[in-house]
Amino acid sequence: MSAKQKDLKTWFRSGAPWIWMNAGAVTIAVLMTLGLLSLIAVRGLGHFWPADVIEAEYRVPGQESRLIAGEVVEAEQVPRARLAASGLPVEAVGGEFMTRELLKVGNREIYGADFTWLIGEWLSNQQKPDGLVVLERREWGNFYGYPLALKENGQVVAEGAAIMPELLKRIERTNELIERLAILERGDIGHINHGLERLRLERRSLELKGRLDAAVEADLQARRAEWDIRYQALESQLTELHRELSRDSMTMRTTDGREQEIQVAKIVRAFQPNAMSLPAKLGHYFVKLWEFVSDEPREANTEGGVFPAIFGTVLMTLIMAVIVTPFGVVAAVYLREYAKQGWLTRVIRIAVNNLAGVPAIVYGVFGLGFFVYVLGGSIDRLFFPEALPAPTFGTPGLMWASVTLAILTLPVVIVATEEGLARIPRMIREGSLALGATKSETLWRVVIPMASPAMMTGLILAVARAAGEVAPLMLVGVVKLAPSLPLNGNYPYLHLDQKIMHLGFHIYDVGFQSPNVEAARPLVYATALLLVLVIALLNLSAVYIRNHLREKYKALDH
Amino acid sequence: MTNLANEHMDARPSTNRLDFNTPALRRQRRIRTLKDRFARWYITIGGMAVLAAITLIFFYLGQVVMPMFQGAKIASHESIKPAWLAAAGEPLLLSVEEQNQVAMRLGKDGQIQFFDVTSGESIARMALPLPEGTQVVSFGEDTPGSHRLVLGLSNGQALVVQHDYKVTYPDNRRAITPQLSYPFGQVPISLDTQGRPLEQIGFSVNGSSLVLAAATGTQLHALSLSSTENLLTGETSIDEERLELPQLAEPIESILVDPRQQWLYAFHGNTHVNVIDLNRKQLNGRYTLTSAGAVTTASPLLGGISLMVGDSAGTIGQWFMVRDANGKPELKLIRSFNLAGKPIVQIIPEQRRKGFLALDSAGNLGIFHSTAHRTLLVEPITDAENTALGTLSPRADLLLVENGGQFRRIDIHNPHPEISWSALWGKVWYESYDQPRYVWQSTAANTDFEPKLSLAPLAFGTLKAAFYAMLLAAPLAICAAIYTAYFMAPTMRRKVKPVIELMEALPTVILGFFAGLFLAPYVESNLPGIFSLLLLTPLGILCAAWLWSRAPESLRLRVPDGWESALLMPVVLLVGFFSLSMSGYLENWFFGGDMRLWLTNDMGIPFDQRNALVVGLAMGFAVIPNIYSIAEDAIFSVPRSLTLGSLALGATPWQSLSRVVILTASPGIFSALMIGMGRAVGETMIVLMATGNTPIMDMNIFEGLRTLAANVAVEMPESEVGSSHYRVLFLAALVLLTFTFVMNTLAELIRQRLRGKYASL
Repeated sequence: MSAKQKDLKTWFRSGAPWIWMNAGAVTIAVLMTLGLLSLIAVRGLGHFWPADVIEAEYRVPGQESRLIAGEVVEAEQVPRARLAASGLPVEAVGGEFMTRELLKVGNREIYGADFTWLIGEWLSNQQKPDGLVVLERREWGNFYGYPLALKENGQVVAEGAAIMPELLKRIERTNELIERLAILERGDIGHINHGLERLRLERRSLELKGRLDAAVEADLQARRAEWDIRYQALESQLTELHRELSRDSMTMRTTDGREQEIQVAKIVRAFQPNAMSLPAKLGHYFVKLWEFVSDEPREANTEGGVFPAIFGTVLMTLIMAVIVTPFGVVAAVYLREYAKQGWLTRVIRIAVNNLAGVPAIVYGVFGLGFFVYVLGGSIDRLFFPEALPAPTFGTPGLMWASVTLAILTLPVVIVATEEGLARIPRMIREGSLALGATKSETLWRVVIPMASPAMMTGLILAVARAAGEVAPLMLVGVVKLAPSLPLNGNYPYLHLDQKIMHLGFHIYDVGFQSPNVEAARPLVYATALLLVLVIALLNLSAVYIRNHLREKYKALDH
Repeated sequence: MTNLANEHMDARPSTNRLDFNTPALRRQRRIRTLKDRFARWYITIGGMAVLAAITLIFFYLGQVVMPMFQGAKIASHESIKPAWLAAAGEPLLLSVEEQNQVAMRLGKDGQIQFFDVTSGESIARMALPLPEGTQVVSFGEDTPGSHRLVLGLSNGQALVVQHDYKVTYPDNRRAITPQLSYPFGQVPISLDTQGRPLEQIGFSVNGSSLVLAAATGTQLHALSLSSTENLLTGETSIDEERLELPQLAEPIESILVDPRQQWLYAFHGNTHVNVIDLNRKQLNGRYTLTSAGAVTTASPLLGGISLMVGDSAGTIGQWFMVRDANGKPELKLIRSFNLAGKPIVQIIPEQRRKGFLALDSAGNLGIFHSTAHRTLLVEPITDAENTALGTLSPRADLLLVENGGQFRRIDIHNPHPEISWSALWGKVWYESYDQPRYVWQSTAANTDFEPKLSLAPLAFGTLKAAFYAMLLAAPLAICAAIYTAYFMAPTMRRKVKPVIELMEALPTVILGFFAGLFLAPYVESNLPGIFSLLLLTPLGILCAAWLWSRAPESLRLRVPDGWESALLMPVVLLVGFFSLSMSGYLENWFFGGDMRLWLTNDMGIPFDQRNALVVGLAMGFAVIPNIYSIAEDAIFSVPRSLTLGSLALGATPWQSLSRVVILTASPGIFSALMIGMGRAVGETMIVLMATGNTPIMDMNIFEGLRTLAANVAVEMPESEVGSSHYRVLFLAALVLLTFTFVMNTLAELIRQRLRGKYASL
């Protein structure tokens, strides 16, 4: 046996390799987490960057070459054999690999799809023309091409180099108009519709109670007429706005020479990425980023922002927190301070602890069956008979989503609060009692304030868990697109019966149910990043509070 | 607890002492006590209510699931004796329409009587247009619920009759008008050219084509009619074709034609059936239906694929045509049911489900479901003296029986016959399948579809996903836990633990989307790379460790103990980069450029893009932190004295770890694995997004799966409240709840015992 082999053997016998293997496991786990996070961050944040648009000749062997333009989204090395197997006319000779590029070519109404896979080797004459304009539109995705003419009521007002500055001005104008239109449609007309609906329900309710006589009918009629008059006043404004909006249009030419007429009102913004300087690009980037968090989604959620989803998530979590805190705290205080400690409390404690590990979907099933159908159905029959058969609370909605998540996170709050209560030294309680305080006073003035950081930790953990849970919500109250926010200017302002949008569900829906997954993908990454950030923030604050708390009571323990 | 208000206070007057017994203070004390009591009650009641509310989950799920496993209930009404019945003669057929208001009775005299179901009052009486001087000799029914029947006449002709019920709402009240129609003309169709009485008759209408078969003695006559409508003129013309069927040697006792008009069943000799292939016009085979006794009645089930055969021993067998090993169809006994040991006189199939009722000669009623192989009820309903004739309403909630000159209504409550424990978890032989299978298929496009609700493939998928996830997560998490708890430098531990705990907080929807949208296509195009990664990483780590042990001392001493993990960072990254970039080359060298194709074509392994491998990777990632934090806790809290003792006796760190620490902490590690398993089983979003959600039973790592949780998430929103499907989904949730609850409780008990053990050391 050579010395080297002997070395190896003793090395193995010492157990060192196994220690290294264990160390490797830690490394892998940490790298996996960081890798995932950075992948989501890079892909999510990269989406908003105005990438350069290339223009090139593309020639598939055996076919005419054609001009194409677009953004390179992805590129990968693929074995030549696999490309050949998928039916592409790949030349037999050449390197082992070929580059496959995913190009975002836009112009969906012309090409049918926004994205095409290309073979990098078949591209030639690549360049980045400064004049190429990207139009971000409200429908049909991006348009890539060259502006030919800008028209007002069909009359050409700008051509050539004059188009861009003029176009930007006019886009600004239409954007303003569209904002006004949205306020009119959503706000005022929405308010009128809401009022009319309430009148209808009032009438139906009176009818059910048998109190619908001529006087009431006339009164209702008069009130309806009032709404109608208000609506007519708005309607003329509406047509005026629509007319104003359709004033401007422009003619665009695609790289392969086709011309397309585009309404300026349909354009969100226009820019020339190849001609943009770095600061300009940065500015564009932050504008897009802001749009993402503050705007509403467009085009079946594949463009625009996620504001309603953020709002829905936050509102639902807040309501959940309001419900879960008192119940969780009362249960924990009872279990720790009032209940007689014995086998029963031990069993309850284990059960509560384990409920935290029960699959979330089970809570969703319970929420749908019990809250929505049983409770909601009864509430509808008792309080909203006028709306039946259309359900009010007997259908998934904000309230049931919050209550279901409250039940789901109740164990988290109970366990955390109990832990906090258990941590308070006995002598503090006894001191308070010795001074003549009653038990409730001790609890209220001494114990609970001392345990409040623990409750906060529990609550934050509960909120973090609730914010990320999607499976139960799919059953009890989220939708892909809610017509309006659950909190708005119409009475009763907070609409607990409305369905909401949710960040987590948004990810699932856009990523998996969307007709245009390729276009939606970057947005999904961005949404995921947002969700991760929110939850990481909540968790880190919980960790911080926990550590802070430990420091605070360390002295008391000894 | 001190009760301040009632306590006698020292009230001796003293000038230099405070008086605690002034009325004001007394009142305040009373209020304080009251407050204290109130708080006690409030918290006790509130706390117990909250805890009760949590346990409500169990009870509620159980309460929804329970009705599935309860049998049927019947409630008999008073018999009625309408006046017209006395003169009506023997009945051939009874029928009740959809609303349970109007019933029909066909008499042997060719008269059809419609009457009110509840009161028995006559509504209408219609005579069938039979040719002069002919009698009804035989009759046959089309599939259950079709309202079509055929009468075989004594002159060799047959008449097809359809009875319909028109529902109108004059004055907002429901009125039902019965009607008769003759879809193939009022003139009877000639079957036997010689004009002999048609002793047996059977038929089937499929769309516009009719197959009619009748027997005169041993002779079989069959006709195929199809009515076609001329698109231009709107006239209908009827094409008639006489089917030349093989003749049988024995007298025929009964005839049935299957609704797809492929098979003709001719019963004879009390025990046998001849099956004739109507397409090829030849005999398929002769089968013995019963070994004991004689066949007494036979009826098709809903859809007409199954034949229910009742015999004189009270047994009902379900038969249908199945392809044997050579692909030749043959009639097979699928399952059998027992009533009460008396000859079966009538089998009444349900019109909406694959259930049926049976009456025997002793007046017993049996309610069964074929696919679930369930006997829901056996109860005597009439006396044995007179043979009863019954009919079932379309909604299967009312049985109308004529027995000894009177009618009796029996309400049936039988909401979920199609579910049974054996059908949920065992193999079930469904119609049109060639063998018993585990199938989950809850909905389909066509209406006469039978939901196939076997939880077995879903449970299998759940365990498969959990298994592959644990395959990745268990070794990684436990090794990482061991290292972090035992070897890692404290400064590093403080940084590493939060990172891994952050993994736990990651919403699973993110992991799911990552797996479905990024990992699945990536794995598909880099398969060799992924496998070489799994293989090379441990090897790379070992090599790096060996090289490090050979490195000059001056270098090694610079890195203190417990920082191995940090040293391995570049190694793992390098190995990962290397294997993934080698992927394409490996594919070119070994798999002809495309491993996926190679797998499917050369190895015969089906490959889905979203498969168990992807789920294993993503869910493994989700489970790692769960296992890690509990296992780490268990190892870290092993008393230091044990390790120190072992080290003092000359053991190496690895020896004292593997022989002392891990052994002591093993229950804790085990409970960590159980909790990880519980999490993997109940995880919804990852499997929903990273698998194709195909409910198949195959361990193949490259194929998809469907788990219980994902199935609930997908199907629950569309499920009709209170239906069997809805309750089965609740059962799936209950199974998940019970499984994870038991796992977690066991794990918790183990941990508690372990904690007690540590405390005593």
